[in-house]
Amino acid sequence: MRYILILIFTIIPLMATAVEPDEVLADPVLEARARVISKELRCVVCKNQDIDSSNAGVARDLRLLVRERLVEGDTDEEVIAYIVARYGDYVLLKPPFKPSTYILWFMPPILVLLAIGFGTMIILQARNKTVNRSLSNSDEEEVVRILSTIQNGDEK
Amino acid sequence: MRRLIAFAPLIIAVVFGGFFFWGLNPDRDPNEIPSVLISQPAPEFSLEKVEGLDTPGFSRADFGDLDRPVIVNVFASWCVPCRAEHTVLTKFVEQDGARLFGINYKDKPKDAVKWLEELGNPYERIGSDIDGRAGIEWGISGVPETFIVREDGTVLYRYVGPVVGEEPEKRFRLALIEAGAIQVGE
Repeated sequence: MRYILILIFTIIPLMATAVEPDEVLADPVLEARARVISKELRCVVCKNQDIDSSNAGVARDLRLLVRERLVEGDTDEEVIAYIVARYGDYVLLKPPFKPSTYILWFMPPILVLLAIGFGTMIILQARNKTVNRSLSNSDEEEVVRILSTIQNGDEK
Repeated sequence: MRRLIAFAPLIIAVVFGGFFFWGLNPDRDPNEIPSVLISQPAPEFSLEKVEGLDTPGFSRADFGDLDRPVIVNVFASWCVPCRAEHTVLTKFVEQDGARLFGINYKDKPKDAVKWLEELGNPYERIGSDIDGRAGIEWGISGVPETFIVREDGTVLYRYVGPVVGEEPEKRFRLALIEAGAIQVGE
């Protein structure tokens, strides 16, 4: 019993949305499409919320508008284009892929590649560093000189 | 190569510092939503007049009758900042000779009439947008919002929120002068 209650109260918040009963379309297929579209559109009042979960007045208006366009026979893309025409790319929670957003989309992989490139370069350089084991001529002479002075010193 | 790495902390500091410096700019408003309407023709809309008011309604075609740019103000009687903004807009109309059109957003006509009777009516035209559909066409996110529209119907300027306070009023006046909606030194 207790577990069932816990389960129920865990699930209830997940079902809570801002969509009011009078907004829901009679056609379940259209309604499902409307819900998907609403989740992709940003509420212009609450900024980081989608209109599907926002209680703001404008969000409700946009939800109704999305459903209205769907009933009139628009495709999902047409509905989204309709809203974007009025509110700009900003209403899309997922930024579109086009020349002005190339830097946004390409920057992360470029940065990762750069990081990997620099990393391997530095590691390879450290590995290839050969330690000079033989002494040069002048070094040999120096060693001989030092050794001989030590020997001489010992003899004194 | 080794030298480059030695400079890395400095480069990182400069990049981060530059970013923070940019963020410190008091004029930068992170909540600002870029408007798609700027330099674009105003949207198609046609609004009836507010019931019980003598002021005529407002539609897209009305821009054609203008001799200079006009202020388009979206307002509602239930919007508290609009009350403060009303004084500012009235001043622009009465002292600077600006022309002002209004969109009465999601307002009961009765309330709007009472509101305008109390505060005065500086609007030449007021369209009643009861269902907020014209508001969506204009891409507004709330009230008040104020636009400057050229006589050919091109949107020149948009101000989100109330034009109240020294800085906003100064900025808006500047936009009005730039648009040619008011004469300088009047």
